[in-house]
Amino acid sequence: MSISVRIPPVLRTQTGGAKLVSVDGASLSAVLTALTAAHPDLREQIFEADGTLRRWVNVYVDGADVRHLAGLETPTQDGIEVVILPAMAGGALGSAR
Amino acid sequence: MTTKLFTEVDAKAAQQLLESPTPPLLIDVREQNEWDAGYLHGATHAPKGMISFTIPNIAPEKSAPILLYCAGGVRSAAAAETLAGLGYTNLTSMAGGINGWSAAGLPVVETTTLTPEQKSRYSRHLLLPGVGADGQTKLLNSRVLMVGAGGLGAPAALYLAAAGVGKLRIIDFDSVEASNLQRQVIHTTDRVGMLKVESAAVQIRALNPDVEVEPINDMLTTENVASLLNGVDLVIDGTDTFEARYALNDAAVKLGIPVVHAGVFRFEGQLTVLAPGRGPCYRCLHPTPPPAEMAPSCGVAGVLGVLPGVIGVLQATEALKMLLRIGEPLIGRLLLWDALEGTFTELTVKRDPHCVACGDGTAKGGAA
Ligand SMILES: [Zn+2]
Repeated sequence: MSISVRIPPVLRTQTGGAKLVSVDGASLSAVLTALTAAHPDLREQIFEADGTLRRWVNVYVDGADVRHLAGLETPTQDGIEVVILPAMAGGALGSAR
Repeated sequence: MTTKLFTEVDAKAAQQLLESPTPPLLIDVREQNEWDAGYLHGATHAPKGMISFTIPNIAPEKSAPILLYCAGGVRSAAAAETLAGLGYTNLTSMAGGINGWSAAGLPVVETTTLTPEQKSRYSRHLLLPGVGADGQTKLLNSRVLMVGAGGLGAPAALYLAAAGVGKLRIIDFDSVEASNLQRQVIHTTDRVGMLKVESAAVQIRALNPDVEVEPINDMLTTENVASLLNGVDLVIDGTDTFEARYALNDAAVKLGIPVVHAGVFRFEGQLTVLAPGRGPCYRCLHPTPPPAEMAPSCGVAGVLGVLPGVIGVLQATEALKMLLRIGEPLIGRLLLWDALEGTFTELTVKRDPHCVACGDGTAKGGAA
């Protein structure tokens, strides 16, 4: 079960610069647990203290927002891409300005 | 006995075909100057000499019914033969042409109000199926609000101005700095220090005198956003704070005005069209901004100069599609572009029925 997780540019400091991180896991929960185990600094960026996803962090499995799927219980098939997308402002457009 | 390659009908019969429940595609095969003097309602312009090159875009389906006309009926018959040779099977030529049509007392669309200068300036638009004189007139009568005259706004404004979008209202509160010039191509070295909206206005007027620029040296706030949106058909969002972006979103949803949203960071960019009643709004995508202490601090992050160029031009592209009502705008789709990888990723964004701005509980919600 190899899932590739696409790390947004604003969170790459927490992955040592890695853009794509490959992890194993049959559900989004397992995938993100494996991801944050490998890159612990990501944990507080993605998760609330109670283990739910941060409200401003969107996660897509195979192009679809998991809030419209089964959330953290969304199954992740082998070869599928997971995309993490936090809301960006100042950063995004600070550099645009 | 040979099979006829096409049918010929007179003007009255042609009119009946056009008024039938399944009207044929109407194609005018005359030259530009003839088309400019007036054409039939609903016609697509495809001069005879080029028709074998232009027809695949106009009529991809070779069995589609096509009605051709010219001035007197000779050139349309020749064009029908050309199309038959390309495999088109349902061809009709109007005998007597537009002259016969007028003589029968049927209405000819007067040419638009484009001046000779405009016909020349926008000639490449006038040749395009889906744009033409009608589309160009639509653009000239449109007003776009550009929020920001920076990395995204600079290329977007230049292309919208070049395309002849008639009114560009630009709001920004910065002045041009030397460090902007690596990407903000609407500004110039000799205008460093000038207000960005003034510098942008100078460049747009130099590019296209058809465009009326409304420069506004201010910051977008919840107080002024409604008046900024007054009379606007579409917004190019180049906001750089969450406050401005949410204020813009909420007001645009209320007024039913589409926003082309985008962002860039280092070597990557993103883009989507937020069209009230047709798809999600920004709050459907991101219901809440991160608290300030969690917002990734990127004030000093670099950006490859062409990055906002590409994404800003994609914003302009989406704006033109929306204004012209052509193609498939990026509604409900978020496009990510990674310049280093050279890849696009498309994500689906759905309207959230519980959205506080556009959800079912709001005045605008029922429309979607
Ligand atoms: Zn919404």
